[in-house]
Amino acid sequence: MSADENSTHPFIPNTSSERAEMMSTIGVDVFDSLITDIPDQHRNPPLRLPDAASELEVATRMQALAALNHDAGSRPSFLGAGAYRHFIPSTVGAILQRGEFVTSYTPYQPEAAQGVLQSGFEFQSAVAQIFDMEVANAGMYDGPTAFAEAGLMAARVSRRNRILILDTVDQRLLEVADAYTRHQQVEIEVVSQQRALSGDIPDDAACIAFQSPNFMGQIEDVQALTDTAHAAGALSVMHTYPIALGMFKPPGAYGVDIATAEGQPLGVPLTFGGAYVGLFTSKQRFIRQLPGRIIGRTTDTKGRTGYTLTLQTREQHIRRERATSNICTSTQLIGLMVSVYCATMGPRGLREVAELSYHKAHYLADAIDTLPNWRVANDGSSAVFFNEFPVVCPIPSNEVNRRLAEVGIIGGLPVVLPSDAGGNGGGPPNGMLFCVTEMNSRQDIDRLVGALADVGSEVSA
Amino acid sequence: MYPDDLRYSSEHEWARLEDVGSVEVGITHYAQDTLGDVVFVELPEVGSEVGQFDKFGEIESVKAVSDLYSPVSGTVTEVNDKLEQSPELVNADPYGEGWMMKVALDDPSELESLMDSETYTGTLE
Amino acid sequence: MNASVAPNTSVADMPDRSLLMDRSISGRRAVALPASDVPLAEMPDAAVLREDGDLQLPEVSQLDVIRYFTLLSRLNFSIDTNFYPLGSCTMKYNPKLNDQMASLGGFANIHPLQDDDSVQGALELMYELQRWLGEATGLPGVGLAPLAGAQGEYAGLLIARAALDARGEGDRKVALIPDSAHGTNPASAAMAGLDVVVVKTDEHGNVDVEDLRQKADENTCVFMLTIPSTLGLFEPNIVEINQIVHDAGGVVYADGANLNALLGLVKLGDVGVDICHSNLHKTFSTPHGGGGPGAGPVMVTEELASFLPEPIVAKNENGYRLSRPDDSIGKINGFHGSFSILVRAYTYMQALGGDGLRAVSENAVINANYIQALLRDRYDLAVDRICMHETVLSGKRQADRGVPALNIAKRLLDYGIHAPTMYFPLIVPEALMVEPTETESKETLDRFVAVMRAIDDEIDDDPETVLHAPHTLPNTRLDEATAARRPVLRWQSSS
Repeated sequence: MSADENSTHPFIPNTSSERAEMMSTIGVDVFDSLITDIPDQHRNPPLRLPDAASELEVATRMQALAALNHDAGSRPSFLGAGAYRHFIPSTVGAILQRGEFVTSYTPYQPEAAQGVLQSGFEFQSAVAQIFDMEVANAGMYDGPTAFAEAGLMAARVSRRNRILILDTVDQRLLEVADAYTRHQQVEIEVVSQQRALSGDIPDDAACIAFQSPNFMGQIEDVQALTDTAHAAGALSVMHTYPIALGMFKPPGAYGVDIATAEGQPLGVPLTFGGAYVGLFTSKQRFIRQLPGRIIGRTTDTKGRTGYTLTLQTREQHIRRERATSNICTSTQLIGLMVSVYCATMGPRGLREVAELSYHKAHYLADAIDTLPNWRVANDGSSAVFFNEFPVVCPIPSNEVNRRLAEVGIIGGLPVVLPSDAGGNGGGPPNGMLFCVTEMNSRQDIDRLVGALADVGSEVSA
Repeated sequence: MYPDDLRYSSEHEWARLEDVGSVEVGITHYAQDTLGDVVFVELPEVGSEVGQFDKFGEIESVKAVSDLYSPVSGTVTEVNDKLEQSPELVNADPYGEGWMMKVALDDPSELESLMDSETYTGTLE
Repeated sequence: MNASVAPNTSVADMPDRSLLMDRSISGRRAVALPASDVPLAEMPDAAVLREDGDLQLPEVSQLDVIRYFTLLSRLNFSIDTNFYPLGSCTMKYNPKLNDQMASLGGFANIHPLQDDDSVQGALELMYELQRWLGEATGLPGVGLAPLAGAQGEYAGLLIARAALDARGEGDRKVALIPDSAHGTNPASAAMAGLDVVVVKTDEHGNVDVEDLRQKADENTCVFMLTIPSTLGLFEPNIVEINQIVHDAGGVVYADGANLNALLGLVKLGDVGVDICHSNLHKTFSTPHGGGGPGAGPVMVTEELASFLPEPIVAKNENGYRLSRPDDSIGKINGFHGSFSILVRAYTYMQALGGDGLRAVSENAVINANYIQALLRDRYDLAVDRICMHETVLSGKRQADRGVPALNIAKRLLDYGIHAPTMYFPLIVPEALMVEPTETESKETLDRFVAVMRAIDDEIDDDPETVLHAPHTLPNTRLDEATAARRPVLRWQSSS
């Protein structure tokens, strides 16, 4: 970099002469006099990091790293399982360029943050509408943490401590719920659908929590699960896929008490799993037990409408160790992407995206089912699926993915199938969970089917 | 500001003997003034038991939350449902419309352990 | 008064702020989607389908969407438009290259469940970032998974508990927390099943060593130390304090919220800290986004590295791999962390390099002390000594003259300056916590000082103006009591 002593780094404006002037105002001669509280022997340690790099150099290095990744934007991908590639309208990226949103702070000063607050109110409105639930909070970290907090909230609301979770949920939901409840006075119990519907619900059950579409893409019997929970004095907690709600009946219509989802499918790119936003909704009467930030509408001293953070006494900065959660973010910027997405798609757009995903997924499932040595995994139930379904592969599914990568296709997720659904009961998994969205053209799907056919025909040969 | 017919606790709750063996409970002017605009009051269920100086509920202002401590032991016979819709009554009329619960006393002599108006006022200085 | 010090006087004009649903016209749309290119499948039973017309989302044109959200953006303060001397929040400039790099297709369009071989660039980035954060803090075990500071803190506590459990000391259940701590500390401790015991702060703003000595015992699980403290002070007795905790068998957790003061000046691992987290959206310049997303990597000693949350990135002869540490506390979120934020932080660290990061902290400390030196005659200091990256003022003198800290903070908004953090730490009356950061120039600091002095004058000359501020923003003071009493949390058709 520049040898000029008085030249500055682009992010640090004060020149050395300005610093000298400021230190003289402070009343010290050398910088070290400002940090004498740091023990001598530990002061100014070497920092073994590279030298500063120019913007040009950094961009070049980052572009090289990015180029090492197989980009689902430049080749067909059939991966879902909790993160989904859906169409993102141009409006989302355009609004995300607004530095006024990107570089603003949490709206603790509502008069100076009406943009963040009103757009957050739009987020809560859109999410509540899509879920058909009475209220939504301003956003959680991601889907799995929202689901975990829903279990904890159900325990607070019901004053019971057993969280029943259906075994058809994504393993990730269970793992995160475990980490969130490990040292709380609550117990997680994983139950089968049969057990849940049998009405054999312990009287300390806080909730029955389930995922629909479930991990394998099937729609659960939400009404039966919800009715069973209510009959046992427990809450119904549903984790869902917001795009599916463009065509499937929303949680509110079944009387679900708390509903959560990963918000990423609503306008947020995959970005290797984050940052995403968790969607969190509930019935109105539980609002004082909600985790996270909530934005409310009110008026100012001149009677004009305005927005503000509200019900803040639930939160850590006031209630400290008795807060409903330690969370102090609403993942606002990702929530903004969701708001712009919902505004752009409108009711028709969301339905069309859902239906396109549904039809294309069924097109692929039908095609795979006709291939020699391939079949859609089926445990004999006639459950409806949305846009994901498991397949029984003729060879280990990892091997299938390797073959697909060779022809430039990102395959599905290798999964272990239960034996009654075609699982091989040990050994490398032979199941694959495929996901199809509106982003997969018929041409891409046909290409995948062709590649799978090649794999299948080699097995029989 | 601190009516003579009430008994006061050091946690700033008051008790008013209504009939023999039953008291009405609320928070004092000092408490509501310190809290500021009350936005929510969580009250116990009718029929539940409360112990003297034990927590019976919570009160929230915009930026603070405090526990409510019962000045007496007994059974809750009634709670002020109006506070659900209009918690501001606690600010406007702490000894009247802002009352919180009625308790059937276990031990009427507990009232003796509470302060009278003058003693309570003295603790505020 | 210098002209540049004058407040804004023109009141923001009141644009039409009605919600999108109130602008909705049935039939309008903002984007078109393609028709299906595959044959339509049979639809499922109507019982599981959403009823037609049930979904009420806005129906607006594309221009409506863009104008509406652009309008909202202008009702907001931001770093790109305003100075934010917001203590403990480190509102520094967010370099634009960070955002640009995060949006590269090779980062934005990769799925978290792709084979490791197909995401080697992403994994290399994470591996390097782990190494760099480890070097910056002196704590070489790094987990990038936590999605925010509070989650990093929770992960740190789970690690502490798991490590003690592995030693057969799982019944240690006390978290010692200084009374100056941020609210997430006790909230996270409660989530981790710990009982909070508060440790006092002495009259110099330091941890009361004697109080700690008495309270650290066989029940101590963890001591949670914010360093520098929320008073903006480096704990001079840190080595002794950490030794007391270690002697009692406890673990030292440092809240790294204020790491911006320490880069290259001291490493937490060197002074006896076992675990810390870092808010990348503070120290490492990733945007606050109006309240997230953040990222809160957790850093630990080598001994504790096996407990890190899943996943970490390891390197072997086949390249980089996502892996689960042997004794991992498990997954605390869905995937691998806030990757888009990690990309930004890594971009930033490259731009600064080792010397640049040290310059960050040096300048942050100089800037804070400069403000403190120029305001101490008008505003009380919480503690009258040299500070680190932030200074805590007390508006006691002003409150005595009838204007509490809240109103000073609100009045600053009329001058186009964001309010400092108010009424925190809780142990300082009328606290105004000021953190200028290193990215602000001397001119900006000078103007801030002049404005703070001008407001102090206004308190005598025109207190009403200060008491009812702000006057020039899209809204005057909002009725937060009614918002909480009768919550309206979403659009309703009657509105």
